[in-house]
Amino acid sequence: MNAVVHAKAESRHLLSGNEAVARAAWEAGVRVAAAYPGTPATEILEYIALYPDIYSEWSVNEKVAVEVAIGASLAGSRALAAMKHVGMNVASDAFMTQSLAGVVGGLVIVVADDVGLSSSQNEQDSRYWGRFGHLPILEPADSQEAYDLAKRAFTLSEEYETPVIVRMTTRVCHVKAMVTFAGERIERPAAGFQKNPQRWVMTPANAKPRLPLMHQRDQVLRAASEISDLNEVSMGSDRRMGFVTSGPAFMHVRETFPNAPVFKLGFSHPAPLDRIRAFAGEVDTLVVVEETEPLLETELCAAGLAVHGKDILPRFGELTPSVLRPAIKPLLGEPYSVPDRRQADVFPRPPTMCASCPHLGPYFALSHIRNLNIIGDIGCYTLGAGHPWNALDTCISMGASLSMAHGMDKGRGESDEKKHIVAVIGDSTFLHMGMQGLLNMIYNRGNVTVLLLDNRSVGMTGGQENPGTGENLHGLPAPRVDFAKLAEALGVRPERIRRVDPYELPTMVKLVREETKMEEPSVIITNRPCSLTDRFERFKPYEVIDDKCTGCGNCIDLGCPAIFVSHRETVTAKSGKAKELVFARIDANACTGCHMCVETCAPEAIVQPQPTTRTIRIHPHG
Amino acid sequence: MAEGITNILVVGIGGQGVMTAAEMLARTALNQGFDVKKTEVAGMAQRGGVVSSHVRFGAKVYSPQIDPGEADLLIGFEAAEALRWLPHLRPTGIAMVNTLRLAPPVVSAGLYDYPADPIADLVASGVEVHAFDAGAIADGLGNAKLVNTIMLGAISDHLPFPAEVLKECIIEGFRAYKPKLVDINAQAFDAGRTAGQAA
Repeated sequence: MNAVVHAKAESRHLLSGNEAVARAAWEAGVRVAAAYPGTPATEILEYIALYPDIYSEWSVNEKVAVEVAIGASLAGSRALAAMKHVGMNVASDAFMTQSLAGVVGGLVIVVADDVGLSSSQNEQDSRYWGRFGHLPILEPADSQEAYDLAKRAFTLSEEYETPVIVRMTTRVCHVKAMVTFAGERIERPAAGFQKNPQRWVMTPANAKPRLPLMHQRDQVLRAASEISDLNEVSMGSDRRMGFVTSGPAFMHVRETFPNAPVFKLGFSHPAPLDRIRAFAGEVDTLVVVEETEPLLETELCAAGLAVHGKDILPRFGELTPSVLRPAIKPLLGEPYSVPDRRQADVFPRPPTMCASCPHLGPYFALSHIRNLNIIGDIGCYTLGAGHPWNALDTCISMGASLSMAHGMDKGRGESDEKKHIVAVIGDSTFLHMGMQGLLNMIYNRGNVTVLLLDNRSVGMTGGQENPGTGENLHGLPAPRVDFAKLAEALGVRPERIRRVDPYELPTMVKLVREETKMEEPSVIITNRPCSLTDRFERFKPYEVIDDKCTGCGNCIDLGCPAIFVSHRETVTAKSGKAKELVFARIDANACTGCHMCVETCAPEAIVQPQPTTRTIRIHPHG
Repeated sequence: MAEGITNILVVGIGGQGVMTAAEMLARTALNQGFDVKKTEVAGMAQRGGVVSSHVRFGAKVYSPQIDPGEADLLIGFEAAEALRWLPHLRPTGIAMVNTLRLAPPVVSAGLYDYPADPIADLVASGVEVHAFDAGAIADGLGNAKLVNTIMLGAISDHLPFPAEVLKECIIEGFRAYKPKLVDINAQAFDAGRTAGQAA
């Protein structure tokens, strides 16, 4: 068990922001916590799961997670839901109305914005949800604050009977910094659900009287923000320029301008406008430094304050010292030229699929079949868009592949007349939001071939459990959804539900060819576990017999990172044309003995020097 | 940069132990009473991508990130990665580099070239470079995973605290969780230290 779980009050630890939030939840007496994995928020629930006195679960998506937390709050328990920024889009339907009804037990939504898009499909500013949903926002700047503010969020939530958003960013979630614990767990038994339909049943008649109450709450929260100790001013010695800032941007401002006055917002929405106005009077120039959208800047402008912000700072990305200096120094009359640093000319190293990844087979198949429009989804299989497969044509959001594919089928133009439409989705993404797309496609008589890549994990975020894996967040046995039966229940004809071992390349290619030609929806389900999880079975590595390798390069097309090019030769083919031969070898340290590449090698140059007696493990239903 | 702050950038490829090495440096600095921040972008690190881990420590650390030109030490677990991150090293900085060359699929496929001699490029930039084959030392000790401890041993003479302090922090971790690996890691640390001095 993690040492932090048992750590006493007053002890100091080097913790990530995510670990700090987990500890705060425990100390705050949280009884229910729910999340769907998503970088950079994933570890919040993984750390909470280490505390046995909190009920915690992987929910199937973020909306469900928030609804679980809302239910727990109404039962009188303190509850937390965590997600990445795009998860908030999914969850918003629930909390936008719960904001009207309010809460009983403290209800905190922790959202992690991926400023700079380290592993996300977009960059969005979750502080908008506070304005949109009339919810207060707390913004920690480092791990200590993540701990402090997450705890305070529960008090605030109960005091004002509102859900509270704690807005983190990648640079809080994943930065390790010192945290001193103030206390240990204080149990807060659930008060019990008090029936009150007028309060909790949000029909128009009941919701309407809540509207003025919600707006009154905004005013009360603004007054609270004005006097909150979470909004701190440090005056500094150089009054020429003052900064209003929040989150990790505060750290960058402090680093870059150590003597400048800074108004740091921990309770950033509603903003303490009166105090900021007073602060503005103390400095010559006011600059708002916020990641990423000009939300506060717009509010200060509307309040009649003269501020700089996005007129000089980037609208996206992290506002690190190297970004702040060239933008702000000229305003101070201090010319600043960006140091001329020679960028080394080094090849890119994009993330790629792993050795023996069960997605390699399907993408090998897709890259060898012509006339396909391939609609992708969110997960490791998005990497299929890259080299060497180049076999994914679009990808936007969780679960979108099936519905977009259906739309592309219905809206196809003349040039696409002979194209087959394929949707590629993983097990967890299918259960998150994808299966509604399948149901819709069946109901509306669409024609899409679905590749359901079941690797029995949420791969990209680190192999978390989901209802398709047979285990829960705590690694305990859980009912396991049967994807074939599910597809059949949604209306796919049993003949068109095909199960396949993705390592059997000829079968894989044949099945995709067959099913894409069908004039009705099909679902092809693969059955090999993610090679980074404990479910994966390693075998003895294979190697290439150099004398037998003909340089055809077929195995390279698989895209397995354990296979590399030893050398190239240009020869003259019978036709007289120059032809490049690519000779391959296998990295014995990386190879897991999955045998997939053996299928690509006609001259049988790929062999296993120390054969293993292979017991092919296939899913019980697969 | 703030006064008295030590900036160490550890770089390599997902799965090489970059983040573990950075964690060791951060924990040792913490034990020495420094304020510490450590950050990395590792969302897709396990997928063979670039990993860079920033460790900053001193009396009080604000920003967790090391800006270009601000790193005092660059620890490169792979030669081309060390070259990629060279602009982050200050002109007076030190690069401790494993000479391992790992070509990604895009290089294997002939879309890009691997630099002919990244170590020579590093030296040509004017920074102090120590380069050696950490993999060969690890293989000699019988465990490829020791590269991590070897690289830490190599950098240990360039830290604002004694090398023994870092060694003890590493060994302490193994003593608690994997006691069988204590001796071999102690050997690896010493071998790395010797190699770093010689290179």
